[in-house]
Amino acid sequence: MNKNIILYGAILIFGIAAPFIFPAFKVQLSILCILIILAITWNVQGGEMGYNTFGNILFYGLGMYLCASVQVGMFFPLGEWTEGGGEKTFVHTPAQFFQGFAVGLAVAAVVPAIIAGLIGYSILGLRGHYFAICTLGLGVAAGEISGGIEIIGAGQGFTTPPFPNVDRLEARGEFFYFCSFIVLVFTFLAVKAIYSTRFKLVLNAIRDNEDKAEAMGIQTMKYKIIGWMISAFFCGLAGGIMGGLVGYIDSTDVAFDGREMGVFMVLMAILGGKGTLWGPVIGATLFHIFKEGFWTFFLGWQYVALGVLIVVIVIYFPEGIMGWLREKYPERFGEVVDEADRKAQVTLK
Amino acid sequence: MLTLQAVLDGLLLGVLFALIAYGMALQWGVMNIINIAQGDLVILGGYIAYFMYLYGIHPAWGVIVSPIIMYFVGVIIYKLVINKVVDRDLFISILATFGISILFMQLMNFAFGADVVLANSGYGTTMLFDNSVTLPNSKIFSAFISIVFAIGLVIYMKKSKLGRAIRATAQNARAAKILGVDTEKVYAATFGINAALCGVAGALISITFTIHPYMGLPYTIRSFMIVIVAGLGNLPGVAMSGMGLGVFEEFADYILGTEFRIGSVFLLLVLILVYRRFKLSRKREYLK
Repeated sequence: MNKNIILYGAILIFGIAAPFIFPAFKVQLSILCILIILAITWNVQGGEMGYNTFGNILFYGLGMYLCASVQVGMFFPLGEWTEGGGEKTFVHTPAQFFQGFAVGLAVAAVVPAIIAGLIGYSILGLRGHYFAICTLGLGVAAGEISGGIEIIGAGQGFTTPPFPNVDRLEARGEFFYFCSFIVLVFTFLAVKAIYSTRFKLVLNAIRDNEDKAEAMGIQTMKYKIIGWMISAFFCGLAGGIMGGLVGYIDSTDVAFDGREMGVFMVLMAILGGKGTLWGPVIGATLFHIFKEGFWTFFLGWQYVALGVLIVVIVIYFPEGIMGWLREKYPERFGEVVDEADRKAQVTLK
Repeated sequence: MLTLQAVLDGLLLGVLFALIAYGMALQWGVMNIINIAQGDLVILGGYIAYFMYLYGIHPAWGVIVSPIIMYFVGVIIYKLVINKVVDRDLFISILATFGISILFMQLMNFAFGADVVLANSGYGTTMLFDNSVTLPNSKIFSAFISIVFAIGLVIYMKKSKLGRAIRATAQNARAAKILGVDTEKVYAATFGINAALCGVAGALISITFTIHPYMGLPYTIRSFMIVIVAGLGNLPGVAMSGMGLGVFEEFADYILGTEFRIGSVFLLLVLILVYRRFKLSRKREYLK
């Protein structure tokens, strides 16, 4: 217990101090926070519940568009803003910017969760690979359709409100970093709290054998929908912040980017270890370091590397880092191992 | 008359979709693998024909050359990746082939550039019904070739030794193994044949429509959709639903506009899956 408090405290202090220790990497650190949030939320869905989805990108993109639209639409006509050059004619005052962003984030979190609840009954009735392909279709369809809607910028994209002119130069980076860090802490604590309840056991029962879970009297559909809504809530939040951070939303390249973000979240969770609390965090951190290295030094070859990485991880490393550690040091994960038994196994090999 | 035009366009397009879907149904049925890279194999096949066109050979020859090259590409992919995911969870195969798909996209982008290209066959057009319906001859040619290949493959599967081995493996891999079928070889051949079919379809698409490195995923989704509507191993069903999908797409194009075309395909996939789910849930079953 004491060890945990020290560990969490150290991470918290590091998280708060990070933008001041590495001032040049503020944007990277914010993106890292967003990636960890996405990996954790994917894990609720794919790791604990066993419903492997490619569709959480839907909520991420939705949150992005919603947050930006609300932030603009609260003060200015949205249609004129996106028509081209709107961000130059209309200028948010600092108060308007922060108010809009706060309301936008709230909307970006709640609306995707509601949508997940509404479509959940239909979509979550599918299982296994049908669910995976269906959600893949949902994500791509959302990207293609939002690319055709005029009011949110259609093909030419949507410029989010620029950060208002306050005195300090570094304010923008710090603001977005702390936004994403606070949301990350909130997400982590919320998911940790969820994992200590009966709800997690129900999700695991659904993953292990849904028919039996149903036979035991669990209303699986209800729990599946709630699980998906939780995923959607945090994905929307992450998307809203990411929209502000990137400053520009494009339907298929930024928001509903199934080829990048949509795969990243799956990959990060699998790399770290599905179905563990810390796995996605470790996976996302490692993945981000790898990705940034590749994106910087081998520009152009990054997708080749990504493709190879996916294949290698999926084929040779499907349990992830936490799964590997768990196999190696089972005692540390609270599993009781008979010493004689283990020795016997070693000699057998 | 716009309606008739759309129907005819859709039918000719749908035959091509059915050919790709047939390949997918084959390897899904035999190996229990969902290949997300299917569409990228199609595009790669298209680029082979396009390349021949660039070097002055008539692109229609791509219909012969492209499947031969693609067969070996398919076998290599099988040996490197697919044979390690055959017996595993389907999601693993989806993700692994997703990786292959991303890899192919980018490699094709390097090799051929990010431009939308087409191989001009110079076949001219046919006017029907008092010039109210315009059909490019290349579309008729491609539909004809697809039908020829599909029928040829059906006969091959029925009559040849390999075809019999493939069908036996699809029915029960373990029993086939006991009776002396080299299932590993059968799997490699199946994936190769699937890739070859994609090669034919790709060559035809490069003649009839356009190709682009990133256009693969919609073809995968279309063939997946056709297979789940028709069911595995139901060839007339594959042909019918392929043509139905083609007509649907042409109408979506005319009514909603071209920018919603791909979106409507993906949305249709979701709707079909949800419809089947509700239909099955009445009997307390689910899609397997």
